[in-house]
Amino acid sequence: MARVWRMIAQRLAFGVVTLFVVSIIIFGATELLPGDFAQAVLGQAATAESVAAIRRELNLDLPVYIRYFDWLGGVVQGDFGTSLAQRGRPVSDMILSRLGNTFFLAIYAAAMAVPLALTLGILVALWRNSLFDRIANSTALSAISFPEFFVAYILIFVLAQAGYFPSMARMPAGADLGEKLYRAFLPALTLTLVVTAHMMRMTRAAIINLLSSPYIEMARLKGMRPSRVIVHHALPNAIAPIANVVAINLAYLITGVVVVEVVFVYPGLGQLMVDSVSRRDIPVVQAIALIFAAAYVLLNLLADVISTLSNPRLLYRD
Amino acid sequence: MSTQDVLLSIRDLKIEGKSGDDWLPIVNGVDLTLHRGEVLGLIGESGAGKSTIGLAAMGFARDGCRISGGTIDFDGIDLRRASREQLRRLHGKRIAYVAQSAAASFNPAHRLMEQYCEAPVRHGVMSRSEAERDAVDLYRKIRLPDPEGIGFRYPHQVSGGQLQRAMTAMAMSCRPDLIIFDEPTTALDVTTQIEVLAAIRDIVEQFGTAAIYITHDLAVVAQMADRIKILLRGDEIEEADTREMLAAPKHDYTRSLWAVRAFQRPEQPAPKGAPVVSLRNVSASYGKVPVLDNISFDIHPRRTVAVVGESGSGKSTAARVITGLLPPTRGEVLFEGDALPPDYRKRTREQLRNAQMIYQMADTALNPKLPIRRIIGRPAQMYLGLNGRALTERIRELLHLIELEPDEYIDRLPSELSGGQKQRIGIARALAAEPRFIICDEVTSALDQIVAEGILRLLDRLQGAFDLAYMFITHDLATVRAIADDVVVMQKGRVVEQGPKPEMFAPPHEPYTELLLSSVPEMDPDWLSRLLEERRHKDLPQGAEK
Amino acid sequence: MGTLIVLFWIAVALGVAIAAAWGFRALAAALTRGELHRALRDAPLTASFGMMVILIYLVIALLAPVIAPFPERMVVGSQFMPWSSVNWLGTDALGRDMFSRMVYGTRNTVGIAFATTLLAFLIGSVLGLLAATVGGLLDQGLSRLVDVLMAIPSLIFALLLLTIFGTSILTLILVIAVIDSTRVFRLARAVGEGVVVMDYIEAARLRGEGLVYLITREILPNVTAPLVAEFGLRFCFVFLSISALSFLGLGIQPPTADWGSMVRENATLITFGDVTPLLPAGAIALLTVAVNFVVDWQLYRASGLKE
Repeated sequence: MARVWRMIAQRLAFGVVTLFVVSIIIFGATELLPGDFAQAVLGQAATAESVAAIRRELNLDLPVYIRYFDWLGGVVQGDFGTSLAQRGRPVSDMILSRLGNTFFLAIYAAAMAVPLALTLGILVALWRNSLFDRIANSTALSAISFPEFFVAYILIFVLAQAGYFPSMARMPAGADLGEKLYRAFLPALTLTLVVTAHMMRMTRAAIINLLSSPYIEMARLKGMRPSRVIVHHALPNAIAPIANVVAINLAYLITGVVVVEVVFVYPGLGQLMVDSVSRRDIPVVQAIALIFAAAYVLLNLLADVISTLSNPRLLYRD
Repeated sequence: MSTQDVLLSIRDLKIEGKSGDDWLPIVNGVDLTLHRGEVLGLIGESGAGKSTIGLAAMGFARDGCRISGGTIDFDGIDLRRASREQLRRLHGKRIAYVAQSAAASFNPAHRLMEQYCEAPVRHGVMSRSEAERDAVDLYRKIRLPDPEGIGFRYPHQVSGGQLQRAMTAMAMSCRPDLIIFDEPTTALDVTTQIEVLAAIRDIVEQFGTAAIYITHDLAVVAQMADRIKILLRGDEIEEADTREMLAAPKHDYTRSLWAVRAFQRPEQPAPKGAPVVSLRNVSASYGKVPVLDNISFDIHPRRTVAVVGESGSGKSTAARVITGLLPPTRGEVLFEGDALPPDYRKRTREQLRNAQMIYQMADTALNPKLPIRRIIGRPAQMYLGLNGRALTERIRELLHLIELEPDEYIDRLPSELSGGQKQRIGIARALAAEPRFIICDEVTSALDQIVAEGILRLLDRLQGAFDLAYMFITHDLATVRAIADDVVVMQKGRVVEQGPKPEMFAPPHEPYTELLLSSVPEMDPDWLSRLLEERRHKDLPQGAEK
Repeated sequence: MGTLIVLFWIAVALGVAIAAAWGFRALAAALTRGELHRALRDAPLTASFGMMVILIYLVIALLAPVIAPFPERMVVGSQFMPWSSVNWLGTDALGRDMFSRMVYGTRNTVGIAFATTLLAFLIGSVLGLLAATVGGLLDQGLSRLVDVLMAIPSLIFALLLLTIFGTSILTLILVIAVIDSTRVFRLARAVGEGVVVMDYIEAARLRGEGLVYLITREILPNVTAPLVAEFGLRFCFVFLSISALSFLGLGIQPPTADWGSMVRENATLITFGDVTPLLPAGAIALLTVAVNFVVDWQLYRASGLKE
C-alpha cells in the first residue's frame, strides 16, 4: 500500500507543478503583448495620466518575475489584485459570489448527466449494433455537433415559450434551493444534453473495448449469467476508463458553462469572464482562467487517483 | 468402444465467418466423435479452423462467426438447439475451456481463488469453503508452488506457466466431462511447456476427463492425445489413433507435415580465414537493467551461427548491438577485423550495407503502403546507385532469386502477398544491399511449418550462392538442427555454451543446454513419460521457472 | 400544442432528410466507378446525408455572390422585418437581408474555420510526427509543453489570449489554430509512434535513410488515414469554438456576416417566438452533424470489422 500512497503523492505533486506552470502561462501571456501593456488596454485615445496610473497600479516598471511572484503570492492568499474596468474593486470580490453560482450550475448538470450518460452508455454497449444502439448513436452524434447556444435556444423556444421554465436564470438573493433548482433548470438541462452525448459515446467505447477481452469470454464460457459477467467481471475493470470519461466530460462542462451562462444571463464566472474579455479587464480574466484551469487539473488528477486505486496491478505487486 | 460411451458427437459441422458484408466458410462439414475419458488432438496450421471447432463443441461462436450447419450432440443434448440458459448451465460445469493465453484470460481484478470458486459455487456444485479446500488440493496435484497461498494472489503476481496450470485446475473445478484445451502451451517457452504438459496430462488422466486438445505442434499432441485429427483450411484431412498416425500417416498433407522435420543441411567444411563479424566481451543494458553480460562469439563467412535461448535470454539484444541500435556499455563489435562504431548513426554507408537484417514478423517488416518495387529497389538504388532500367532489371533478378514471378509481383503491395511470400520479400530486400552478413531474427517462427521449411531451404541456397554469413536467432531447436553450423546457447544475458553443432548436440552438455535440449518435444508418444521419469531420477531442475 | 407542432416538423424534416440522402446515394453511386462506387453504394444513409450536406455548403460558399439577392452589408429595410417575398428570411437588427447574410455566412464562417483547422493541422502534425520520429529530448520537451497547454481548457485559453491580442480575424485564426494544434500534436505523435516502432522503420533507419525521407516516404503514407479522419473531427471542434466565440461577441467581428454573431445579434427575437435567429445556429449544427456522420463512417471503415 505504501507504494500506492507514494504514487498518489507523485500524481498530486505533478498536479501542483502543472498548476504552477499554468499560472506562469496565464500570467506570462500578457507579456507577449507587443508594445506597452497599459497603452494597449486603454487604447490610443487614453490620456498620459491614465496610462501612467495603470502602469503604477500594475507595477509595470518592475521586472516580470517580481511581478509574477507578487501576483502568485496574492493568489495563494485569495487576492487576485484589483479590477481595471471597475477601478479599485478587488477581483476576489467580483469573483466570489459568482464562483458559487457556477459551481452550483456545474454540479446540477453533472448530477443529471453522469448517471444518465453512464446508464445509457452501458446499455448501448450491451445491445451494440441493435436498432436502439444505432438510434442512440446517431442522436448522440447529432447532439455533439450542436453548438451549446443552439441547444439552449431550442430549449428556450420549446420550454420557456410555453411558460414551463424561466428563460432568464437570474438568481434573486436569498432564494431557497427549490427556487434555485427551478430557475437554473434550463441552463443545467442544456449542459446535460451536450455533455451526456459525449459521455455516452465514450462510455460505450470503453465498455465495448473491455467486453472484447479474453477474460470476459472466459467468464461466459464458465457459464456465468450475463448480469454477473457485467457486474462482477467487466465493471471492476471499467472503473478506470469510466473515471477518465467522467473527468474529461466534467472538464468539458466547465467550457460549456461559459456560453450557457451568457445565453441564460446566469450570474456566474463565465459571464463575468466574457464581459471582462470585451472590457480587456486582464486581472479578472487571469483570475477566472486560473480557477477554471485549476478545476480542470484537479478533475483529471482525481480520475488518475481513482484509476490507480482501482487497479490491482498497481495495488499489489511483489 | 460402444456407442453408449460417446460423449460428444459432431456431424457435418459448418461454420462461417463475417468478412465485410459476406459470410465466408471457415469450417466446411467436419465430423467429430469423442468418447468418455478420451483425448482427441486437433491439429492444423493457422486458418485451419481448429479453435473455431473447439468453441463450437461448447455450442459457442465468437462475434463475427456463426455455426451455419450440422449437429452438435453433447451427451444427448443438441447444443445447436439448446437455449442460452441450457448452454450456460453446461459451460464451466460439464464442459470447460482452457484458453491460449492464461495471462489475458484471467480477470486482472480478482484473485485466483475467487475465479476458481466462481464456477463450482455459481453452478451449485460446492459451497465456497468446499471449493477453496478443493482448489488447494488441485493446486497441489498440479504441482504449483505454495498451493495454500497461491490462490490469494492476483493473476499479474503469478508467472505464465503457473497461470496456465492454475487455469487447468480452474477448468477442472466442477469435474467436467469435457475440457477444451485451446493451444494452452503455445505462448510458453519450451522448458516451461514441459511442466504444463505434464500437469494437464496428469490431471486429465486422474479424473478420466475427456478432452479436445488443439495445437499446431505435432510433437506436443503426440504426448497428449489418444487420437489425432488433422485439419486443413476447414476440412478434415485424416484421423487415426496417435501411434498409428505417427507410424503411418496416410495423406500427403500429413506426410508433408512430418517431412518438415527431416530437412537438414549438409555439414559445412570447417571455417577458414577471419570471421566476418565478431562480438568481443559485449555487455549492454536497457537503462539500468543489464541485458547482456560479457558475451563473445564469431561468425564466419558461409557459415550459420544459431543463437538459441528462451524469451529474455538476450538473443535479440545481441542483434541490436551488432546493428548499432543499442550501443553496448562495454566491449565492441568487429566487422572483418575492424571495430564498428557502436551507434548505427555513426556508421558509414558501406558498413550499413554489409550487415542486413531479416525480421520475424514480415507483416511489420514491410511498409504496407509501398509496392514491392520500392521496397526491394530502395537499397539497390541507395547503396549501388542503380536507377531506371538497371534498377528494374535488378529488382526482377532479385524476385527470381526468391522464386517469385517478377511480372506478377513487382507492383503488388505487401497486403497482396501470403505470409511466406512476404518473408521472401524481406529476404530480397536484404539481398538487394549485397551484404556480407545477414541477421535472421526468428524468421520462421511466425510461419506454418511447410512454409517455414521453404524459407530455410531458400536461405541455405542463397548462402552458398553469395558467400553469406548468417546469424540465426531462434528459440526453436528443430530450426537449429536444420540449419546451424555453430550454436550459441544464451540464458539470462550470458552465453552458456557455444561450439560447432555436432558437438553441441552430443553430450556432455552444460546443465541449461541439457534442460533446453531435453525439453523439446519429440514425435514419440512415450517421450514425455520417459523424460519425466528420467528427470525424477536425475533430480534435474523441473523447469526454468522460479 | 406547440410541442406537437414542433414534433411534427421534426418528423417531416427527418423524412425529407432520409429521402434526400437515399436519392443522393443512388445518384453518387451511379456517377462513379470502381472502388469509389462500391464505397458509396455501401455507405450508410447518415454518411450519404453528410456528404450531400457538405457538397451543398461548398456550392453555396463558392457561389455566394450569385445566390444571395442582396450584398452582404447592405441595409435593405427597417430592423427585424418579417419573412416576405423580397426578404425571404426578413431583416436583422440593422435592417440587413437575413437570407443574404446567411449565404455569405457560409463563406465566412466555414472558410475561416477551414483555414484555422488547416493551420492547426500543419503545426500539430509536423511537430507530432517529428517528435515521434526523432524521440529523445525533442519529444520530451514538446510533449511536456503540450501537456501543460492542454491543462487549460481550450475555450478559456482562447478567451485569455483574445483579451491580450484583441479580436481580429487573423488573431482569431492564429489563436485557435495554436490551441487546437496541441490536440493534433497528441494524435499525430501517438499514431506516428505506432508506426515508428514498426520493423520497416527500423530497417529504413539501419539502411541510413535521412529524417526527411523517413517522415515523408515511410511514415506519412501510413498515418494519412487516421489524420484525415481527425481532420474532420478537428474541423467540427474548431468550427464550434469559433462559432461560440463569435456568439460571445469575441470572434468574427461585425459587419462580417457570420452565423455565430448573427444568432447573438438577433437573439431577442426568440423570446417573441420567432425562429429566425435559430436558423444560423441550425446551419452550424447541420454542417457539424454532416461532417461527423462522414467521419464516423470513415472511422468505421478504417477499423474494419473490429467492432
